[in-house]
Order: sequence, then C-alpha cells, then structure tokens
Amino acid sequence: MSSKPFRPDVDAPEWKGGHSPYDIIKEGTIALVVVGLLTVILATLFGSPDDHEITIKNWANAAPTDFALTAINEMNGTTTTAGYGAPYNTASEGQKLGPFALAKWVGVRIPINTEQDFVVKPLESLPYNAQLSSALSTWKSASTSQQTTWVNNYTKADSTMTFKNGQIVVNTTNAGPVPVFINDLTAMARSGALDTALVQGGNFFSMDYTKPLLFLSDGGYLAQLAEKQHLLGSQWGMMNETNSYPGQAWLWLYTFWYQVSPFSTSANADVQVWATMMLLSVILLFLPLIPGLRAIPRKVKVYRLIWREHYRD
Amino acid sequence: MSTSIDQQWTTRLRRKVAGKLPPEKLLPDTQPAYVSSWIYVFGVTTMSALAVVIGSGLILSLRGPQWWHESSIGHFVNSLHLWSVEIFFFAMVVHLWGKFFMGAWRGGRTATWMTGVVTFLASIATAFTGYASQSNFDSQWITTQAKDGINSTGAGAFFNVLNLGQMLMWHIVLLPLAAVALTALHVLLVRIKGVVPPYEDKVGEAQ
Repeated sequence: MSSKPFRPDVDAPEWKGGHSPYDIIKEGTIALVVVGLLTVILATLFGSPDDHEITIKNWANAAPTDFALTAINEMNGTTTTAGYGAPYNTASEGQKLGPFALAKWVGVRIPINTEQDFVVKPLESLPYNAQLSSALSTWKSASTSQQTTWVNNYTKADSTMTFKNGQIVVNTTNAGPVPVFINDLTAMARSGALDTALVQGGNFFSMDYTKPLLFLSDGGYLAQLAEKQHLLGSQWGMMNETNSYPGQAWLWLYTFWYQVSPFSTSANADVQVWATMMLLSVILLFLPLIPGLRAIPRKVKVYRLIWREHYRD
Repeated sequence: MSTSIDQQWTTRLRRKVAGKLPPEKLLPDTQPAYVSSWIYVFGVTTMSALAVVIGSGLILSLRGPQWWHESSIGHFVNSLHLWSVEIFFFAMVVHLWGKFFMGAWRGGRTATWMTGVVTFLASIATAFTGYASQSNFDSQWITTQAKDGINSTGAGAFFNVLNLGQMLMWHIVLLPLAAVALTALHVLLVRIKGVVPPYEDKVGEAQ
C-alpha cells in the first residue's frame, strides 16, 4: 500500500528533534508588562487627538452663504444626499458593480427627503413667526410644479447670494416663499436650533445623527476643514488622523485603490473598491487551499531567515 | 460496556476536549527547538496589546462616551486606548506576514490560519467603529466618507455609520465579543496543533 505523497505546501514534516524549556505564563506576563509600559509611554509622550466636532451652527456662522447654497440645493435636488439613491431615496440607481445595483436591490431603508427633512420640517418646528407661517402655508398649498418653479427661479439667481446684516440676500423674483425659507433656515442654523431639530427627529433621546451629518457633508465647509487636516480621499485620508497622528494605517490598501485607475476615475469606485477588497480578503482567507499562492513562502525562502538557527544547526 | 454516564453530553464533551487539548498542550512547558526567532514575539505581543485595548476600553466605558472629551484623565485613558490599538495592529500585521512566510497553514493548520485572518478582519471592523464613535470632528469626517463605500454594497441599509448609537454598540459589545472569541479560538488551535515545523529543503531539513 503506497502512502500519500508529501505535499510541501500542505503537509509539514513531523518534528522528531529536540525541545527546549518554554514558560508560556512567564512569556505572556512579560509581554503584557512590556506592551503596557510602551502604551503608557506613547500615551504620555504623544497623547491623542480630539478636534471638537463641527456643528451646523458653526458652519452657518463661519460660512453662511455656503450653508444657504446647500439649503437651496437640498430643495432643488442637486446635493449629494438629494440625488443619492438607496438607502436614502430613489433619486438615482446608486453605484453599480457591473450590472448589479446592490444598494438599489436592498432599497430605501433610511428614507431622507432633503426638501422636507432638511428645510421644511425644521422650519415648521420654529416658534410662531407670521412671515414664516404664511410662507409655509403658501408652500403647502402650491402645486408641485409651482414649487419647482419657485425653487428653480431662486437657484438661477443664487450666484448673486450675499450675506449682509444677518440676512441672506438673493436678487430673485417669482421665487415664492423660498427666499423666506432660506433666510429663516440660515438664521435657525446660526442660532443652533437646526442642530437640535435634525438630531432629535421628534424624540427626546436620540443617538442617531444621520440627518445632520448628511446635511453637513452636503456643504463645502466640512470638506474644507478636512482638506486642511489631509483627510480627503485624494490625500489618502482614510488612513490619516487629525493633527498628523497615526490613523487607520491598516487601511492603506483600501485607500490605495482610490488613487489608481480605473478606480480613481470611476463613478462606481466605492463598490468596485469594496468588491476588490472583499475578493482579496477571501483569497487571503483561503490562501492555504490555493495552489500557486500557497507555494510562495516556500519559493521565496524568507523562512530560512526566520528559522536560520535551525538550518544552521 | 458503555454506561449511561458515558453517554452523557457532558462526559463526551469533557473527554473530547481532554483528548484534543490535554493540560500539557494547553499550558506547555517545552517547545520544539526550532521555535527560536524574534518573529514569534509578535503573536504574544498582539494578545498583550489586545488586553490593554480591552482594559483601557473598559475604563473608558465606566464614565460614558463624553468623559474623555471633558476630563484630562479620560483623555489620557483614550490615549492609552489609541496607542494600544496602534501596537495591536502593528504586531498583528507583522505576525500575519511572519506566519505567511512560514507557511503556517501546513500540517493541518488551515483552520488556524483562517481564524487568524478572520480575527484580523474583525479587528479592522472593531477599530473602524471605534473611529466612528469618537464623537468629534474626525468621526464626523470618517463616517460621512465611509458611508458611501458601505452604502454602495447595500450593507448601509442595516449598518448605518451615521448612527452613533449603532456604531458605539458595535464597537463596545458586538465586535469586541467576536474579536475576543476568535482570538481565543485561534490560540486554542495553535495549542492543539502546535507551531508549524520548518520547511524541508536542501540546505536544512526538518529532522
């Protein structure tokens, strides 16, 4: 009866050599003490970053026209969130992996109507104001096409937008209640009331910041601050941290793909990079079962450096 | 003759465990002579760093998620958490590369390799949810960027990175449990199967 042939990349030779003393408890204790001390030293020397969060109040006070332009874009449907698709809305198909629109298949699970959720509903939560109340009534009683006309007329003139004496000013006509909306929403944001209105979502307690974060990221202010902290995707930001601290360096390969073609120019880069990383992870997982790949360590012979004493002996 | 006690699930499980992992394998006092390289340090370093990560995380949890923003002691504990995570990943990646170059899956150790890889991936997810739960500018930026990747796969409908409560729960409960359980399984497999012997080659052959 013939025995199975030895497969060098699958089988390991049976060790018939000697053994040396090994105190596993002592080793673990020493390692824990050394790592603990190293951690204390690094934490003491370098600390950790904690740049304060950006509120919508900060944004609307630092860049009121950027906020107001974002608000009108939430109404005209041109922000990232407004045109996102699933899981927020049906405005687009979303990204596709080849013919597969994965997010669209799952559907709208976190519904966001940017006009209603970011503009109209927050304004409705404000204390009574005759002008705003009238504007909201006019808006609600108007047809959808009339609303669209007003928003489009405002949008056409938004390049003239200025911020003077605490007011958003746009040279526009026939924009209906929209100028009141944008001005009052900006004032609301500058007071801090919009942060609360978006976060709470009608509840006393909430830990869900989906709406304020989406609104914030639709504007240009957050990205400007991120660029200064070298956090943009084009700056390999995924593996960076604020203030030059080490970040998630282990994401280097993930962020690498975004820097190179075809991913860097693809409209479907996110899902393509995810698919690539999933594929690579599966390959890494099943590497012991993949002929060729599992032979690499035997062929490159780095093991002779690792076990140099064994081979020398 | 098999008795009713022999048939008990408890008895059968105990015998199986004792057969697979006798005390001398679980807590060995000798090791094969070839286990003599600096690369072996990184496995135990990874586990030690994980212990510090969990310890500092437990202290952070005592006073709630806002504590580290408001207290210098809390901030220092957060620094311990951050740096132990950096050490953890550094050691883990070196350990992974070392095991790759040793062909550490050989000799029936495929499951050991696989649990190591899954632990690595689970650790990345755990760290990510930690970065997403910082409740500061960094977490605002990270979550608003990361949502696009996760949403594009369809997973964002269930794993909403913009929901701080959800990210915090994943970070402090679900993923640490998975990471610790996987690490324990990985270590038990190492103890059961032992450390992979060197390759046979024409320069030196395993004896």
